[in-house]
Amino acid sequence: MSTDYKPQSAVAKWIDKRLPLITLFNGHLMQYPTPKNLNYWWTFGGILTFCLVTQIITGLVLAMHYIADADLAFSSVEHIMRDVNYGWFLRYIHANGASMFFIAVYIHMARSLFYGSYKEPRELIWIIGVFIFLLMIATAFMGYVLPWGQMSFWGATVITNLFSAIPVFGESITNWLWGGYSVGSPLLTRFFTLHYLLPFLIFGLVILHVWALHVPGNNNPEGIDVVQGSQDTVPFHPHYVVKDVFALLVFMIIFAGFVFFTPNLLGHTDNYIQANPLQTPEHIVPEWYFLPFYAILRAIPDKLGGVIMMVSAIAILAFLPWLDTSKVRSAKYRPLFRQFYWIFLANFLLLGYLGAQPAEGIYVIISRIATIYYFVHFIIILPVLGFVEKTKPLPKSISEPVLNDKERAAKAATAPA
Amino acid sequence: MSDSKPVTRRNFLYISTAAFSAAGAAAIGIPLVSQMNPDASVKALASTEVDVSTIVPGQSITVLWRGKPVFIRRRTEVEIAEAKEVKIEDLPDPEIDDNRVKNPEWLVMVGICTHLGCIPLGNKGDYNGWFCPCHGSHYDTSGRIRKGPAPTNLEIPDYVFLDDNTIKIG
Ligand code: HEM
Ligand code: FES
Repeated sequence: MSTDYKPQSAVAKWIDKRLPLITLFNGHLMQYPTPKNLNYWWTFGGILTFCLVTQIITGLVLAMHYIADADLAFSSVEHIMRDVNYGWFLRYIHANGASMFFIAVYIHMARSLFYGSYKEPRELIWIIGVFIFLLMIATAFMGYVLPWGQMSFWGATVITNLFSAIPVFGESITNWLWGGYSVGSPLLTRFFTLHYLLPFLIFGLVILHVWALHVPGNNNPEGIDVVQGSQDTVPFHPHYVVKDVFALLVFMIIFAGFVFFTPNLLGHTDNYIQANPLQTPEHIVPEWYFLPFYAILRAIPDKLGGVIMMVSAIAILAFLPWLDTSKVRSAKYRPLFRQFYWIFLANFLLLGYLGAQPAEGIYVIISRIATIYYFVHFIIILPVLGFVEKTKPLPKSISEPVLNDKERAAKAATAPA
Repeated sequence: MSDSKPVTRRNFLYISTAAFSAAGAAAIGIPLVSQMNPDASVKALASTEVDVSTIVPGQSITVLWRGKPVFIRRRTEVEIAEAKEVKIEDLPDPEIDDNRVKNPEWLVMVGICTHLGCIPLGNKGDYNGWFCPCHGSHYDTSGRIRKGPAPTNLEIPDYVFLDDNTIKIG
């Protein structure tokens, strides 16, 4: 961008000279050169930022009424629902907001997988993203424990017990986590503390994520580098600000649909029964966004093995930039990868479905096959594809595929030999 | 190396400063980590006395000990016989019934599935003992794991018969 922004008013100049905030925002949110061909799958970054801010604001006000104590937590949430002004509204935004957050993050990740956004030079953006995803999982899990319903309690029990699979130190680690000999008040209080803290750490990581993004700039549906000094880019504002806001509005309509019309659809009815340490619900299921990983945990007939596989299923994502050996980024130009991509996605959804079914009979067998396939995709298919696949020729620039034949011929004629 | 540098006062200061800082940081870590362990008030509740006089054979009760359920089952003759007949080779976590009870009629054990901590349901499962619905572990009439993901038998807590009708757990 040639137009270097200069603050105009005297006050702005005075501030910017001492702390160049205005210049910083201008450079990164206004002038920032963005490939001109980004589609709607690129709007989820902005949507995710909105989700995070929504969770932080609604969470802060919920925390003004919530009491983190095993005897009082459940009734304090009912108090929020019945007595606090607009309490039901704020809580439903927060509870459904977590689901919307995960819908958005899964789409955002699927986008990155399809267009190869994790490849050189964007590896760190992707890896920071994996850490954000991990923190989101931890935050949402601990948040779900706070209302202290039956699912809260038994979810917390099953998940904290995963640590007891660690050889030798397992029991001391779980007792340390619980601050007792079972899930109870001490655990609830520390989960509340961490649930409050982690979103702010996520916020910090988001800043690093965007910073790392603004070094090489955005990837794009063609998966090719922007030609410097060409007409491949447009300034972020107004082009993408408007596009992002439009997508965000559509997202908010769906979000509002959940909040106002079926606020408990994604939750579990058992969580409106207060935690009872003497009775396990018939059927324990985690929140929908954890189901694929839960299915992997249950697919393995061994306690420690199950835990290791579940953790690996997420950890393996961090190594993706090196597991995928193909230099071509976008699936548009990778005919084989494109098919395996959809199989992988279908398999992931299948795992999600299996995670919600009882762990018996045919479900266990299919879970095992799907689990194996999940890992085969990363460990065998992706590395091999890079060597055997014949990719389609890449366009020379972002503008090229949209030019018509005549223009292309004209361009080729003028291009230096 | 030919030009190995002599150890200077400055090297010494560097290393000792770093070493002291590391030791200091580790020392601060101890209270920060240890505060999360079970505290004195939690440990103080560590034993429970139970009156079992009203339990008839074939009936069991569940009591809370350290926040965990404990099953106290008065077993029938059939259940005891079943538990004793099992061949030790058939057990994933081999343990004979005699080592799991003080009096064969009374089975006292922590009612927490050794897989991931759910509470198994009584009189259920393929071995007429307990069945954990969470991920499908089957326990026999001695509370031993027979089938499913749980790695070990249901845990036997420390307990004593104070008299014929009273059990003290913990
Ligand atoms: C990454 C952002 C966040 C996510 C994904 C998240 C997720 C959740 C979830 C799933 C619940 C359970 C909702 C229910 O079923 O009732 C919850 C509850 C809660 N969260 Fe958050 N949360 C986030 C940020 C925050 C923040 C920043 C705060 C405080 C400053 C907060 C405070 C609370 C409180 C007080 C509750 C208990 C009340 C209730 O259950 O509705 N949350 N959170
Ligand atoms: S907790 Fe009992 S089988 Fe998993």
